[in-house]
Amino acid sequence: MGRPLRLVAANPLDRLAHTLEALLVVASQPLTVPELAEAAGEDPERIEMALGLLTERFSEGRSGIVLEKVAGGWAFRASRDAADACGRLFERPVERGLSGAALETLAVIAYLGPCSRPEIARLRGVATDSVVAGLVERGLIAEAGRDQSVGAVRYRVTPLFERIFGLESLSELPRLDELGEDAEAMRERLETIAEKRPA
Amino acid sequence: MPVPVRELELDLEAFEGPFDLLLALVLREELDLGEVDVAGVVLAFVERLAERDELDLDACGEFLVLVAALLELKARALLAGGAPDLEDLDPAEAAEELARRLAEYRRIKEAAAWLAERLESGQDRFFRLGPAPLAPRPDLRLLPQDPEALAAALRGLAVEPPAVSLAHLERFPPVEQFLGRFRSLLRRRTRFDFDAEVDGLTRVEQAVAFLALLELRKAGEIALSQAAPFAPIRVQRNDARDAERRDRWDARSA
Repeated sequence: MGRPLRLVAANPLDRLAHTLEALLVVASQPLTVPELAEAAGEDPERIEMALGLLTERFSEGRSGIVLEKVAGGWAFRASRDAADACGRLFERPVERGLSGAALETLAVIAYLGPCSRPEIARLRGVATDSVVAGLVERGLIAEAGRDQSVGAVRYRVTPLFERIFGLESLSELPRLDELGEDAEAMRERLETIAEKRPA
Repeated sequence: MPVPVRELELDLEAFEGPFDLLLALVLREELDLGEVDVAGVVLAFVERLAERDELDLDACGEFLVLVAALLELKARALLAGGAPDLEDLDPAEAAEELARRLAEYRRIKEAAAWLAERLESGQDRFFRLGPAPLAPRPDLRLLPQDPEALAAALRGLAVEPPAVSLAHLERFPPVEQFLGRFRSLLRRRTRFDFDAEVDGLTRVEQAVAFLALLELRKAGEIALSQAAPFAPIRVQRNDARDAERRDRWDARSA
């Protein structure tokens, strides 16, 4: 009695897990396994094992903090149970008020990027300059070199995009050919109307 | 009785006839889409629709696709340089390309809708964002600085630059001076030796005298001769030379 309570991490893997907790709470962006390995001075396999331990420990229903694999790395977030409380204290400036045009432009860049403004405009059929500028300002897209032939700046989505949309990586996006109508079917519909008519 | 969209009769300012003909003409670029009132096409269709009791969903869908295609084509035509590649294609290819683009755009719209849903379902995901330097940064500090030294350095820069000297201009005598001098000399003598004449003058004066010599030569007043490079320049009055030649001719012919 009267002695301070001490949490002794006797197990070395447990100790590594504590180190990773510390690193993840300090970081404001997802940390990759190699980054964690370098900071903790351990090999990646042990990091993966410790992360497995932590994923269990920091999961929905068990903790107010949830460990998730997102944007190519590992990061803490608030548990969904605490979302209302978080919402009363914090705003979400990045994704607030994203317009339909902004989401379309994001979709184009996420699927077909890196791509330039003229390419986006060609697909969407309207100029996209202000939309692109807005997305850059929000940090959802970033410049990624220049177009070889025209010299126009090309854009790609950022890790922040993946994080905001809760994607582990871009490969989690649904396949584009599973979306929308088949081009062939649409072509046929146009042709039956216009092209079958004798000249 | 369903009315096929292609037979929809149009009476527009730029075009009069069935809808499919309008589409064919536009795709063949025989009709400038910029002139076509697409709203008029829509009105004609809506009027036709209103004449009938039941809604023909197939016809409506077909019409929407076609009007969307027309509107996209028109928008591209109105926005200069929008899609020159489409104009280079023949009508069949253009129709295919257009359909391909519409399908592509539709997929993008679906993808955008997927993203919007994703955003909606992630409303309860809160996490920390913001810059956090992950690697220790080198501490960059200025060495102790003396404000007086900075003031002194600025003072040195603030000094008015020395006035530009025009003295060299004053040392140049006018060319006219030598022109007059040589002309008066040539009135008295038919020839003279340039080097002897400018002997004792400064280098600049000699140069100006030489310019005067060139001026006289250009005007045809004198002839110049020099036996060898750097040999004395002989100056001779032109009329004197003519007279001499005449004399020589006379002497030989005598």
